[in-house]
Amino acid sequence: MRDFAYARADSRASAVEALADRAAPIAGGTELLNWLRLGIAAPERIVDIGGLDELHGIERRGTELYIGALTTLNEIGEDPLVVDHAGALASACLQAASAQVRNRATIGGNVLQRTRCAYFRAEEPMPWPCNKRSPGSGCAALAGLHERSAIFGWTEDCVAVQPSDPAVALAALDAQVEVVGPAGPRTILMSEFHLTPHETGDPTRETQLGPDELITGYRIPVGHPDGQAYVKVRERASYEYAIVSAAAAVTLVGNQIATARVALGSVAMRPWRLPGAEAELVGAQMDRAAIQPIIESAMSAALPLPHNGFKVTMAGNAAVRALLAAGGAR
Amino acid sequence: MTETHVDPAVPRVEGTLKLTGAASYAADRRPEGVLYAVLVGAPVAAGRLRGVDADAARALPGVAAVLTATDLPEFPELSAPSAVTVMPFTDDRIRYEGQPVAIVLGDSIEAAEAGRSAVVVDCEPEAPVVIGSGQREPASGDDPVVFDKGDVDAARAQAAVRIEQTYVQAARHHHAMETSGTVAQWDGDRLTLWDSVQASATVIPVVSSALSVDAENVRVVAPHTGGGFGSKGFIWPHEILAAAAARVAGRPVKLQLRRSDQFSSVGYQPWMEQTIRLAADADGVLLGVEHEVINNAGMVDTHVEPATEASKSLYAAPSIRLRQLIERVSLNVPTPMRAPVEGPGLWALESAMNELAEAVGVDPLDIRLANFAETSPADGRPWSANGLRAAYEEGARRYGWRERQSRPRHDGPWRIGHGMATCSMGSFRFPGAARVRLARDGSVVVESNVHDIGSGVQTALSQIAAEELGVPLDRVEIRWGDTDLPRTGPTYGSSTTMGTGSAVAAAARDVHKQLADLGLDADPLDAMERADIDELVGEGAFALPDGAQMNGDGQGTPYAMRTWGAIFVEVGVDPDFGVLRLRRAVGVYSAGRIVNPITARAQMTGGIIWGWGKATMEESDQEPVYGRWLAKNLSNVAVPVNADIPLDLDVSFIDEFDEAASLIGARGIGELGATGVDAAVAAAVHDAVGVRVRDLPILPWKVLVG
Repeated sequence: MRDFAYARADSRASAVEALADRAAPIAGGTELLNWLRLGIAAPERIVDIGGLDELHGIERRGTELYIGALTTLNEIGEDPLVVDHAGALASACLQAASAQVRNRATIGGNVLQRTRCAYFRAEEPMPWPCNKRSPGSGCAALAGLHERSAIFGWTEDCVAVQPSDPAVALAALDAQVEVVGPAGPRTILMSEFHLTPHETGDPTRETQLGPDELITGYRIPVGHPDGQAYVKVRERASYEYAIVSAAAAVTLVGNQIATARVALGSVAMRPWRLPGAEAELVGAQMDRAAIQPIIESAMSAALPLPHNGFKVTMAGNAAVRALLAAGGAR
Repeated sequence: MTETHVDPAVPRVEGTLKLTGAASYAADRRPEGVLYAVLVGAPVAAGRLRGVDADAARALPGVAAVLTATDLPEFPELSAPSAVTVMPFTDDRIRYEGQPVAIVLGDSIEAAEAGRSAVVVDCEPEAPVVIGSGQREPASGDDPVVFDKGDVDAARAQAAVRIEQTYVQAARHHHAMETSGTVAQWDGDRLTLWDSVQASATVIPVVSSALSVDAENVRVVAPHTGGGFGSKGFIWPHEILAAAAARVAGRPVKLQLRRSDQFSSVGYQPWMEQTIRLAADADGVLLGVEHEVINNAGMVDTHVEPATEASKSLYAAPSIRLRQLIERVSLNVPTPMRAPVEGPGLWALESAMNELAEAVGVDPLDIRLANFAETSPADGRPWSANGLRAAYEEGARRYGWRERQSRPRHDGPWRIGHGMATCSMGSFRFPGAARVRLARDGSVVVESNVHDIGSGVQTALSQIAAEELGVPLDRVEIRWGDTDLPRTGPTYGSSTTMGTGSAVAAAARDVHKQLADLGLDADPLDAMERADIDELVGEGAFALPDGAQMNGDGQGTPYAMRTWGAIFVEVGVDPDFGVLRLRRAVGVYSAGRIVNPITARAQMTGGIIWGWGKATMEESDQEPVYGRWLAKNLSNVAVPVNADIPLDLDVSFIDEFDEAASLIGARGIGELGATGVDAAVAAAVHDAVGVRVRDLPILPWKVLVG
């Protein structure tokens, strides 16, 4: 870990200015400090955006729920508006990390956390190839231990997965990420915010966010999904990353599905929507017998690695479980 | 002195210090001018060291020195209780990743860490030897390696039921919250070490031999130890390196292992593969038990995990064949870890017994009762005490074991399964001494070089002194963790309360005797006042037959000594995901007299939780291509959290007083609770969803694809 200059931003504009000067933003600090310790990042400048009150808070804005980037995971998980209108997100936030981390970690930084791949998280000097850490060196996980690696969107250059829980819920809820940069604000659909190596051919390009852009908040459409759920599968009950997860939101007419949205977590470098299944689910009965074959068919597109074939079954089961829970079925 | 009844259920005497952060640990010692040391490890798991370029590191601000082999003394070959025979820096061979090749000394820890990153290690890598491809050889040395009783082949031939299975468990690290660390300070030829250890007295001969310093000139101070679980039992190279570096630098040196270095600088429980063959008659009565154990060791340094001990000591089999092997791989050497020996051994044996019960078609509890050993199966000696039958019965009653089939089998998505196993450990006993001082004002000081690893032993020893002398507990002070105090056994192997506790009781009785000899025992404090005696000093010892330094099963006595228990668990399995959750557990233990029911309960509860972690999540993987530990970071190490553990952990003890084991009637309890849990959990998983996992930990995907 090397020395760095530290400055506090007093406005969005000064934060963006600092980013243009290659400063790394810090808010909760729950992830950046790991990067500094391991050598994943070594910024010369850090800009603290934690004091920007304008980026903090939750409010209803017409047909949208707006969540500022500096709102902490616990604040979101416990907020009645979020519980009412974005229950999958509330649940995902409360199942993330530990209570202590959730009190510090912000929703802006959360979706930017890097993969938990143990090869990527090695301390420098790098003991093995990793195209995210040392571009062009290769991917040690491909021929190594990759039970927790990707089943969608990977290439031989990188088999990592994105670990954020809230991102999966935000993607399922069609949330927009609001960002600001030197050219002003813009929005990006959450389900398209992260990039897979399959799309970019470059494992170091992980999101659409420019190096001089800052996430300022999220806009979540409200009103239509009747039910939502987030299912997280992990070997211990708390303070653990997902092996797989699934977020679902459904609208019912009687016991028939009118709309369904579902996203899988920890299966790719982005929350993985299942658009084909979502279309097929329309008109299906809200029960396991109807849903399971549709999800299984969608999962047949997965490309598991030699040691993670179980993830196809597990993720499909998580999607079914999330849809059933969202639809209020048993 | 007056007869004072001391309530045994007292909270820890050091509890307030720890809760308020006032408790002091080795690294809290900050001698004037101290340098902070950070190890630089070999970047590959096998090969030859060509050179270390430290110029850039030495040029960094705050870096005082970078030491390499040429700066350090030549270390001799070491022997037990050193964990290693070959010290790092001895030759240019790299035998495991992380093997120290340089030591950075900085004015601050930050400077030393920056220096570490700047050191360039040049080596010629070779293909590492990974688990499964190493050379297997029969274990040799002091450990019980071969045991034969009766004719197992004949037993096998005539058996109505045969079970043959292989059980695997992953390597796993102890991960004490406080990493190991040593502060070394020289004063001329005299060396003082403030050390995070479980056995400070044994540091002295090793350091003395490694650095050619007189043993009388070495003092080890061990304040509170932030957990050990075996990782701080033997002496590890960093303790010697801290002292060597301090001597070279001419300043005190603090070497607190970084969490990542803890993976390769101290030991871990080895990867193990155990094959069990049971031969039984049609009722499940054992005719023969065969148990073969393979554990990984280092390329040069050896650790034998004598798990076969379980099969030598638990069931009344007329024929027994035990074999121990090691497999040499490119990893640092393993070491005992809670629970060693029977911990792994019972994973295999008790799993096989559960499979035997299924094959015969009898209840798992009945198969154990049918094979209960009335005397030691190894040599026929009677037990010093054995409450195992009572533990089975009481455990089954508390759990509702016989009625379990009438309980619901589902709870929402969860399928519910029940499993049980026997718990057992040998009784490790070490000789020890203690001193008890009674002052004229009625205050008492207990002195003995035990350690505080969090087990509550300071409380138990204080209680024993208070009870023996009839003084209130708050008048007793205990001094510990210093080699200037009376030498006693190590604080590992579940041995401390039994051994040192007996020495404390003997020392207190020595005080009584002195009072009686002086004719002062009627009203001693008044009498001491009148006789102008400021203090009476009693000495006490706990000795083993023939002056032995250790025994594990009552050697040299007419009795075989073990501890016992029965564990029953209810486990929920989510069949969609293979996820397991512990719903409740009942453990009943036979371990001699329980000195303090609060700390004893904490030990057993902790053991069950520890066992749940071993059973379901703990695993240190050797990376299959690079040969090093995959993740040297707690973030990739799952151990149970509070949310994993139900409130319903029902722990109780059979009322016993084992006068053959120790003066105070106690045997050991610390590790007992961690045994058997894994086998019980695996049985419960099988009961719930019909999947038999024989490869720990039982991770979700093993259940899902099973």
